[in-house]
Amino acid sequence: MAGLLTFTSSSIYCAAANVHIDPWKPADFAIITHAHSDHAKPGCKHYLAHKDSASILRLRLGNDISLQTVDYGEKFSINGVQFSLHPAGHVIGSAQIRVEHKGEVWVASGDYKVQDDYFSAAFEPVRCHTFITESTFGLPIYKWRPQHEVMNDIREWWKENQLQDKASVLMGYALGKMQRLVKNLQPFDQKVFAHGAIFNVNEQLRAAGYDLPYIPRVTSDIDKKEYRGALILGTSSSLNTPWLKKFEPYSTGYCSGWMAVRGAKNRRSVDRGFVLSDHADWNELNWAVAETGAERVYVTHGYTDTFARWLNEKDIEAHEVKTSYGDEEEDVLPEEVVA
Amino acid sequence: MKQFTNLFLQLDRTTKTNEKVELLKAYFLSAPEEDKIWALALFTGRRPPRPIKSSQVQEWALEQAGIPQWLYRESYSSVGDMAETISLLLPASESTSEKTLSEWFRDFVTLAKKTDDEKKSFLISAWRQLSPYEIFVFNKLMMGSFRIGVSQTLVVRAVSEVTNQEAAVVTHRVMGHWDPMTTTFKELIHAENLADQHSKPYPFYLAYAIEDELDNLGQPTEWFAEWKWDGIRAQIIFRNNELYIWSRGEELVTDKFPELHAFADFLPDGTVLDGEILCFSNERPLPFNVLQTRIGRKNVTKKILQEAPVALIAYDLLELEGVDIRKQPQEYRRQALENLYNSTPTNPAFRLSKLLDFQNWDELKALHTQSRENTAEGFMIKRKAAAYQTGRKKGDWWKWKVDPLSIDAVLIYAQKGSGRRAELYTDYTFAVWDQGKLIPFAKAYSGLTDAEIRRVDHFVKNNILEKFGPVRTVKPKLVFEIGFEGINASTRHKSGIAVRFPRMLRWREDKPAEEADTLDNLKQILNGYK
Repeated sequence: MAGLLTFTSSSIYCAAANVHIDPWKPADFAIITHAHSDHAKPGCKHYLAHKDSASILRLRLGNDISLQTVDYGEKFSINGVQFSLHPAGHVIGSAQIRVEHKGEVWVASGDYKVQDDYFSAAFEPVRCHTFITESTFGLPIYKWRPQHEVMNDIREWWKENQLQDKASVLMGYALGKMQRLVKNLQPFDQKVFAHGAIFNVNEQLRAAGYDLPYIPRVTSDIDKKEYRGALILGTSSSLNTPWLKKFEPYSTGYCSGWMAVRGAKNRRSVDRGFVLSDHADWNELNWAVAETGAERVYVTHGYTDTFARWLNEKDIEAHEVKTSYGDEEEDVLPEEVVA
Repeated sequence: MKQFTNLFLQLDRTTKTNEKVELLKAYFLSAPEEDKIWALALFTGRRPPRPIKSSQVQEWALEQAGIPQWLYRESYSSVGDMAETISLLLPASESTSEKTLSEWFRDFVTLAKKTDDEKKSFLISAWRQLSPYEIFVFNKLMMGSFRIGVSQTLVVRAVSEVTNQEAAVVTHRVMGHWDPMTTTFKELIHAENLADQHSKPYPFYLAYAIEDELDNLGQPTEWFAEWKWDGIRAQIIFRNNELYIWSRGEELVTDKFPELHAFADFLPDGTVLDGEILCFSNERPLPFNVLQTRIGRKNVTKKILQEAPVALIAYDLLELEGVDIRKQPQEYRRQALENLYNSTPTNPAFRLSKLLDFQNWDELKALHTQSRENTAEGFMIKRKAAAYQTGRKKGDWWKWKVDPLSIDAVLIYAQKGSGRRAELYTDYTFAVWDQGKLIPFAKAYSGLTDAEIRRVDHFVKNNILEKFGPVRTVKPKLVFEIGFEGINASTRHKSGIAVRFPRMLRWREDKPAEEADTLDNLKQILNGYK
């Protein structure tokens, strides 16, 4: 008998329900773990996602998509297969998909992180027989410090820059990282501005009722003096672009798990790297796998071969799986999109 | 140690030269006196003695981290640096330490004689009292692989500004023989009369590649032109009856070249020559790889001395009868060099760099095309009025190299880089066609822009055929124009060919893999080059 979920050339597929999870090619029925572009692709006839993903999915895929939303823990059946979504803690609305059929339970976790970021619902391990895990940071060199320590480092860096009358340009993914930063750095006693793409995400979320402060967007008619000592939120792709020019003099900070390695930081020629990730680190991946009680693990995007081998050596049956996930680097929202 | 780690951390955060100098100055002003000499030693590439074998350091680190060897290797290949990998793998430390840089180094010195068990307990207790970043710097210091984005020039600038000394004086003092165990910072930098200064070379004057048209250099009569040789740049110093040979890498290489020891017999006391060391055979200079294999050897055998003896092609005179004449114009120094050469008995190891005869720039351009036939890399063009300057300076000395040889080759293997390129596939192996098969012939790392590297990396990640350790076999699809400086027959390479300084000139996105060059094309270049 084939597994409840299978890995096809276009998705993680549930044949019994004829449902695709995070398909990277157009499908009839797609359940989406979260709204990042490598997991939520356009062209599907029908989408199902957590209700907190709705506003960003519409921003990204269009207002006219056919979208059904559910809450965490809400059970629903398709062709006799039972589904429910559970918090993955990655970004707002991100969910692990629990699939149950004839007593067999699988969980596809999409992307997840374990530390609570106080904006997305915090990760909850879900007991299952088979667990599908990411492995973006599946190497023991990746170990995150507590979030509040990193936030303190960022505040200190901002303060140092203020003393030198510099702008502080803080960069990271528009969806997820930026809201996490805003929630955890506020209240602000100095001016804060956002790149258009971040502004759009924030405003979309605010319009949908989420608790975020208003942060004005960077526009060409703002007096450059306004940026002295200010915090500017930039997308991960604004690094080394002319967009930065208007903030001169400035210091750049980049928030990502990759910043744990000097080489990765230096390669981006950024002044400061802040090790802050929306993915699980090595210890958290191991913890999450253990908590699910899974007897079998499929490892998708990241250090798949390494993490799978490690689990096998720990007597947990694990397999490497090829998917199209993990390309968040190119995850840029068009700035022109009107929120 | 905290202060030094902090300096390291801050230097690592900035790419701006001025900020680096400011940080160094702040350090040399405020660091404990005994730490300064160690910092200076590290920044000028003086490797401290390695007290523990790196295999042991690794073994004990894995034990502490609780991970198997293979997982360490995977981790290392993503970090690209052993000291850093270990600092990231070790469990968080429980206490802190106030030991200074020099105290740690003095520990290292006594450690060398201790038993393995003592070394192990020293190391583990050190790791337990240092923060991850301190562990990284500590490992670097201990394993003697200390490299940081700070050139000797920057350090010299900082020290000279802090101590109010001329940069040239500091450079002169920092180069050469001294040991941080026995020399103090004060003695090295501040002492009025240094006893043992005879061995010290002058800082080399280095040329920039010419950017402009020759015609814009002004009158041809104001310039000298010489062949540019592909050897080892060196200064030969004869003072107080002692001969010293220094390479441009500021290494004392006297022992490597016994053929040149005869210079002690005929050079007048107080002489410093600047020139190029090359291997010769039948009056013709040999390609660089002959010299290279020779430098790598511990002992120079008789066979080597007979088959490929070295000679110095002298092109400048920096000290004459004990007087520093670097401020004199090039023309004056050249005349003095010729006088010296003519007054010494003929010796095959002492040659004079020939001045090229040209009336106008067009004649020189025509001569340039004959560089390869003359086993030269191109020209050195020097202003007759030029003083001998310090370091790489524009304006008076220019190098004009011939265009590299090139061939279109297919990317077949990729490997992740190290250091700042550790996450990306940046190290490539290239192949040419031979009877329907791709034969690897060169490895190259440089030449692409960061944006191109990312695209190639993306291609590699999606087109891996096989894995051999860190090496990935890649679908043979991408074609690159590979440039190289020299080409030689080689029995050690599958292709039968070894190229020198291969690098990617450009990505031939217009060319399908099938149309890349063949081994025969390479062999034609080899034949044409001989």
